[in-house]
Order: sequence, then structure tokens, then C-alpha cells
Amino acid sequence: MKLVGQQKPELLLTETHHMCPGCGEPLALRGYLEAIQELGLSQRAIAVAGIGCYTSFSMTTDVDLVQALHGRAPSVATGVKRMLPDSIVFTVQGDGDMVNEGLQEVLHTAARGEAVTCILLNNGVFGETGGHMTATSVIGQRTKNTLDGRDADYHGYPILIGDLLAQLQGAAYVARGSVHNAGAVARTKRMFKRAFQTQMDGGFSFVEVLTMCPTGWFIPTSEGPDYMSATLGEVHIMGELKVDGVVKSTDELHEENVRKAAEMEQALARGGIDT
Amino acid sequence: MSSTGMKLMEGSEAMAEASIAAGCKFFAGYPMTPFTELLEHFAKRLPEEGGVCINAESELEAAGMVWGALSTGARAATGSTGQGLSLMQETFSEITLAELPLVIFNMARGQQDYYQSTRGGGHGDYRHIVLAPMDIGEAVQLTQLAFHLADKWRNPVLVYGDYLIAHIQEAVDIARVDFDEPLPAKDWAVDGSLGGSGRSRLVSSLGFAKAGQPSPGIERHLRAMAEKFAAIEASEIRVETGGLDDAETVIVAFGSPGKFVRYVVAQLRAEGEKIGYVRPITLWPFPYETIAAAAEGAERVGVFELCAGQMIDDVRLGVLGRAPVTGIGGISTDGSGFGVGPLLDAELIRERVLALHRGAPLPPLPDNERML
Repeated sequence: MKLVGQQKPELLLTETHHMCPGCGEPLALRGYLEAIQELGLSQRAIAVAGIGCYTSFSMTTDVDLVQALHGRAPSVATGVKRMLPDSIVFTVQGDGDMVNEGLQEVLHTAARGEAVTCILLNNGVFGETGGHMTATSVIGQRTKNTLDGRDADYHGYPILIGDLLAQLQGAAYVARGSVHNAGAVARTKRMFKRAFQTQMDGGFSFVEVLTMCPTGWFIPTSEGPDYMSATLGEVHIMGELKVDGVVKSTDELHEENVRKAAEMEQALARGGIDT
Repeated sequence: MSSTGMKLMEGSEAMAEASIAAGCKFFAGYPMTPFTELLEHFAKRLPEEGGVCINAESELEAAGMVWGALSTGARAATGSTGQGLSLMQETFSEITLAELPLVIFNMARGQQDYYQSTRGGGHGDYRHIVLAPMDIGEAVQLTQLAFHLADKWRNPVLVYGDYLIAHIQEAVDIARVDFDEPLPAKDWAVDGSLGGSGRSRLVSSLGFAKAGQPSPGIERHLRAMAEKFAAIEASEIRVETGGLDDAETVIVAFGSPGKFVRYVVAQLRAEGEKIGYVRPITLWPFPYETIAAAAEGAERVGVFELCAGQMIDDVRLGVLGRAPVTGIGGISTDGSGFGVGPLLDAELIRERVLALHRGAPLPPLPDNERML
């Protein structure tokens, strides 16, 4: 039996990556590439990538790809999709890219109900520049330009982009996943599949993935997952925020997460997790 | 060859129709005077022709959308007036460095966007071919040429229109122009079909390629682009001249004012004055050699442009000290700041050309009497 770490997704051209130790982005990459492959969409998918650490995936993913500028991917994806309506078009963006620089673009693309999928890799920090505050950094988070922690009075509040998008009539499916443990990885992959299915049904879909960035968080690599769930994960609540047009409240998501955590404990006790 | 026959048409409509005749399938734009009517015509006509026109939520998004459409190999365009194009410059730079065949319409408020068009407000070592029609008939031709040259060179081409061209009507025939020149295959365009084959495509401004495919890297990519720009400069200059043979005075003008200057010079020629004109049709590449040859035997060169003086820099580079160069145009606008000012008047232009020709002081610029 091959271990998960030894199984390269078919849509990945290399077995190596250039990310820092403990980075969560390659886990998200694996999730959406496997989802595309398992849905039989490998010969229909077109990616539009933003600018961030994950931009190095542009060279290693084996799907057609348009490299966009910081913030602009949803608009570029719109142009691709309108010319090739039968293709499956998705963006890959970070929180700096999507929520800072390109907030307007993702909002309008969702409001237009554009049949594309926007994927956000949210680590609450500008990783590529070396650890600076983004629009999703949580209160108290230390970054290179919030050395004493993000202060609401001075720096303002984080934007919960998934919650915001879920309110838009044009958004059909909105989910927030994570890659801080195996259960979350598996759950996030299911979200990718639902998102692509939503696109095939003609709707706009959005999957936010909370990813670890121990380098940009200035913590030891091994502390990434726990730090993430204790900080970002407490503010950007994981779960399906909108399914079939029905928006879920934060309380509902909390309840769901407690139930799923219990299920995971039971599954682990049985000796494995069904992906 | 299809043809609509002669039809009275507003310039904006004619340029949209010429784009459709050229096979344009996608347009995205944001309303702004005097560009708005071009967007209106695309919004009405492109869907009727099986294309797509998106009323983008901002100029930034319009530029992004057209970037995506171009990546699929479709002929696609965007536009605005100079102010809106300022917002798009970052994307224009990247589209150019990604070698995508974009067509841009600048329905400009006067001629103050010469620097923006020919130098660009964006980053990087890039150039745009700039075509400047003098009237609607020429705009129909140059619009189609723009799509052709964009594909030929895999490079953006900007059509420099203005308020006059956008809003007046002329009788024109929208006939598809067949350019007798093969175009390169769009073997770089994405359609999604190559996923998982190891040969999937990457549209990038950075000179990157997919792992396992030959990659030029950023330095070689940029050097290859510089060579391309040199090749365009060597082969795509377009210019019209008249009366240069024994001209003592040479007037340089482009766009709608170029048509006025042409008329005035023809009139003065008929009266025996030794005056000629140069009308650059491509603002980049600029006809430096034509300007140099015109200045060689002349005593003076005048530049008539509706701005504080921008093209005059290129004229001076062409003249290179052979004759004194004087700006005889100036800022002139209507009360709104959007439209045609009182200086675009054959009588007033004639007075200024004659003043330069006779070494007399230039008359003062006419004031716009209407205040908002």
C-alpha cells in the first residue's frame, strides 16, 4: 500500500515543490487536482492563478493555465469562461490577492453568478513578501507590519470573505475548508467536488481553504496546524456556508463542526478516515 | 467579401461594426464619455453576432476579462477614454508581456493621451502599435487593421479615436478587409483539452513554461520581445504626406486635427504658399525618417496637436536639429472638458499655420466661452 504522501496526483507534473516546510498550500493543491481528476474533468479544466507563493504551482499543474496579475483572476476567469462555456474554469488566489487587492473582482464575479469556481488559499498573511498583514489577518495576529498584533482600533477588522460572498444572490455554493488535519483535508476535497459540480450546473462557487504558514506566522513548523485552528480557525469558521442557495449561520456551522469532530474521533478510533 | 454598402453611421457604431467584421467575439468596457457609445454598440451587436459583451463593473475588470477571452484565442477588445485607460495600464503591460493580441480603443478627450498611448503608463519594456484615424472612413479600415496586426505580432494595438470620430456621422461601407498576409497559428491558446497530457499550456507574462517544457526564462523572453518591437518599427510605419517637395514650412498633425491640417495646407498650396504636411497614421512606430526627410529642405516645422505639446517630442527626435520646431496647437476643449474645443476650426488653424510660415507671432488661443 502506498502512503498518501507517495501518491502524486495525476494532474501534477512534479513530485517536488518550492514551498516552505509546514506550508498548507500543497495540501490544497492536491485536493482540487484530485477533485478535478476524480470528476473526470481533466480535459476540461482551465486554471487562472493569482500572484503569491502558490504561483509556483502554475508551472507544475498539468491543466491549461492563465497566469493573472495580483487580484485580477476572477475577471480573467470570466473572460475565459464566456469564450469557452463548456470548460471548467477556476481561480487560485491567496488572501492578499483576493481579499485585499481584488476584493471588488471576486464580489462582482459572484454577484454576476458567473459559472466559475474561485478558490482562496487563506493563511491570513502575505507569505510571499515575508509575513505582512492581510485583510483576513485576525485580531491579535503578529505580522511584520503589526508587530504587537493586529489591533482593531488601529488596523481595523478582518474580512470574512466566505460569509460575505454567501450573502450575494449570485453565489450558489460557498464553503470554507481547511488543511490542518486529515479530516479537514478530506472534507475540503468534498467541498471542491461540490464546487465544481455547482459550476457544471451553471452557478458560481467558492471554496476558501485555511492553510498553514508557519514561516509567515513566525512559529515553529510543527505548531502550524494547532496555531491555525486556535487563531484563524476561530474567526474564519469552517463549513459549508451556502448550499443550494441556503445560507448557514456561524452558530449552525459551529454545531456542525463539533459533531464532525466527534465523528472524526470515532473514525480514528476505528483506525482510519474514509476519504 | 461582405459589405454593408454605403450607410450613414456614427463613428462609434462604425468602429463596432468594423470590429465585428474583423471577427471580434468579445468586448468588455465601462461607460465613459466619449467612449460610451462604442460600448453601447458592442453591447447591442455582439450578442446578435454570437459574441459576448460584458458591461464590466470597472475598467480594471474590463481589462481582466478581455485578458481571459484573449487567452482562449478569440479576437477580443476593450476600450475607454484616456482616464479609464489609465486604470487599465497594469493589465495592459502584462497582456503585452504575455504576447496576447489585444485591441484597445481610446476614444480620447482631445490629444492629451499621446504619451499614454505611445509610451504607456504601465510597467516594463513594452510597446503598443498605435493607429490614429483622421475620420470615420479611415477608422473603419484601421480598426480592422488593428485586429490583423494584433494577431500578426501577438501584441496589443491601440486605435486612437476622439470625440469627433466617436460622435459625428459619415457615410461608410463596412466591408470586411482581407489582408493578404498569413497569420501565425494560435498554438499558445488555452482550451482545457490538454490537461493530464504533460503538454498543457501556460499563458504567462513571465517567460515561464510548464515543468518539462522548454522555458525561455524571463531575461530571454524580454530580449525576444525587444527584438519583436524592433521588427515592428522596421516594417509597420504608416504615414501620409502632402506638398513636401519644395515646402518651406512643414506641419505635422495626427487624427482628426490631421484632417483639418491637410485641408488647410491644400488650400494654402492652391494659393501658392510653399507649405506641406506630414500626418503620422502610426503614432508608434513613429515615422521619424519621413519627418527627417521633410525637415531636410524646410525652414521650419510646426506641430499642430490639441494638447500642451506631446507629439512634438517625437517630431523633434525626427527633425534632430535640421529646422526649428514650434508647437502651433494647444489645449482646447468644450465647456465639459470632454469634447471638441474652438481651436479645431479650419480658419483658426489657417491663421496659425500662416503666422508660423511668415514668422509672425502666433494668434492667442481661442477661449471657450461656455462655463459649466
